[in-house]
Amino acid sequence: MTTPDISIKLAGIPMKNPVMVASGTFGYGPEYAPLVDLAKLGALVVKGISPEPWRGNPTPRTVEVASGLINAIGLQNPGAEGFLRDYLPFLRKFDVPVIVNIWGRTIEGYAAVAARLSQAEGIAALELNVSCPNIKEGSKSFGSNADMFKRVVAATRAVTKLPLIPKLAPDVFRIGEFARIAEAEGADALAITNSVPAMAIDIETRRPKLANVTGGLSGPAIRPIAVRLVWEAAKAVKIPIIGIGGIYSAADALEFFIAGASAVAVGTANFLEPTTALTVADGLRDYLARHKLGSIHELVGTLAC
Amino acid sequence: MQLETVSIIEHRDYGAGYRLLRLAAPQIAPQVRPGQFVHVRIPRLEASVLRRPFSVFKAENGELTLLYKSVGHGTSVLAVAAPGEIVSLIGPLGNGFPLDLPADRTPVLVAGGYGMAALYLLARRLPQKGVVFAGGRSTQDVLCVEDFEALGWKVHIATQDGSRGVRGLVTGPFDAWLAEHRTNLAPEFFACGPNAMLQEIGARAIAGGWRAWLSVDRHMGCGVGACLTCVVKLQDTDGTWFWARSCKEGPVFEARQIRWNGEDDEA
Repeated sequence: MTTPDISIKLAGIPMKNPVMVASGTFGYGPEYAPLVDLAKLGALVVKGISPEPWRGNPTPRTVEVASGLINAIGLQNPGAEGFLRDYLPFLRKFDVPVIVNIWGRTIEGYAAVAARLSQAEGIAALELNVSCPNIKEGSKSFGSNADMFKRVVAATRAVTKLPLIPKLAPDVFRIGEFARIAEAEGADALAITNSVPAMAIDIETRRPKLANVTGGLSGPAIRPIAVRLVWEAAKAVKIPIIGIGGIYSAADALEFFIAGASAVAVGTANFLEPTTALTVADGLRDYLARHKLGSIHELVGTLAC
Repeated sequence: MQLETVSIIEHRDYGAGYRLLRLAAPQIAPQVRPGQFVHVRIPRLEASVLRRPFSVFKAENGELTLLYKSVGHGTSVLAVAAPGEIVSLIGPLGNGFPLDLPADRTPVLVAGGYGMAALYLLARRLPQKGVVFAGGRSTQDVLCVEDFEALGWKVHIATQDGSRGVRGLVTGPFDAWLAEHRTNLAPEFFACGPNAMLQEIGARAIAGGWRAWLSVDRHMGCGVGACLTCVVKLQDTDGTWFWARSCKEGPVFEARQIRWNGEDDEA
């Protein structure tokens, strides 16, 4: 039998395989380039970029918990100009779609960074970070307040022709509502989900283990939450969904495809095994062959229930 | 920096709760410079999402030797790994200590506890011999003394309970030596140990007009500069500060670079 085809076209972007690396877990490319052939990734989503450089949170910034990592990095980043100057030229050397995760402290900030990045060559899409739990000054409410969410998607849509991929927060009452708003406002795809608000406490000192007190939980602990969110959202919209949350293996990724995702992104697993995205892609191919499926499309949203 | 799957050659007690782990790492071992580290995926460490960083005790003949104390869940699981088992490494990581010491300088190494193991490779690779100060709570926290002496280095010891060497902190014998030699020697400091000790050594270097290379120990995530967990505040030229990644720009910084104001102050 011929090798199954796992290439996809997502939001108009051709990808060699449907396995991307998630924002915040792969830096801006150069960090993992000595260990991973970037050209073999479905896409590379870089760490969140704001209009201006941002220092992020004090330390400690992360804490490991059972089957997960709580982070409160606070979106430290070099700003749009810093990214375009220091990282994009490097990324352009690789045959891989580069998706830039963007955020602002205001709606105008989102529009400004989207507009600036849209002028650059070599960016395949923008992922809209409305759901990072580590920014106190607004970013969070963009993801959990339907009206704010609608306004930020609309404002960003108005200033860019690049495919727009809002990344939906996990801690909303009805994810379908947010998915439908994004679709109606012209989003090309959805990324589901981000880290889940969480905290950990040092019982001896009775102090929080993170300087920011709370952070976002990622890793295997949140995978079942993310699978459910993808399933709910997929029932609500027609635009494609990128499933994200605790993917460490092809088996993990397959749950997301069956639930309705058209692609997946590997996040926290990169820290343990930087080549996870490549092994997941290989495992998808094996699964399709074993189940006599010609392409990954035949699997998407095939949950029997 | 590379990924290498290596096998355990030897894994045994080293005394006082320390374990010695010897690995066949033909690709990474020859690249390791003093002060660099390797990021280890601990076998069978279920429910863990991070690797663990280890400094390198010895790197020769295609082998890496790590010396560690079983202190947490990760190291206690590692402690039972057997010879023949396979371990995934990323390394070498970090910048390491500078080795281009001017010929007239005397290298002065200062270690707190486990820092001795991390400084041994430096003593081995530096072009000139020097002196080393080892501190610990008790005699069992003072490691590798014979290894340094075999290289022809003079070792000064301080323990807080007085069970070996001078009673008190390592800065005691260090200050005494400095007072005696400051006029006839040009010292350069290299230190690895608790932050409070690094800060003390750094302060003496700055006051005396010498250089101190300090290996900082920060909680670490990815180890390759991507996650921004292990950041350290460095002085900028204009009086402000910026974050540096201890896994990438560090873990070794010169004393004047570091802005010490605690782990959890406001950004």
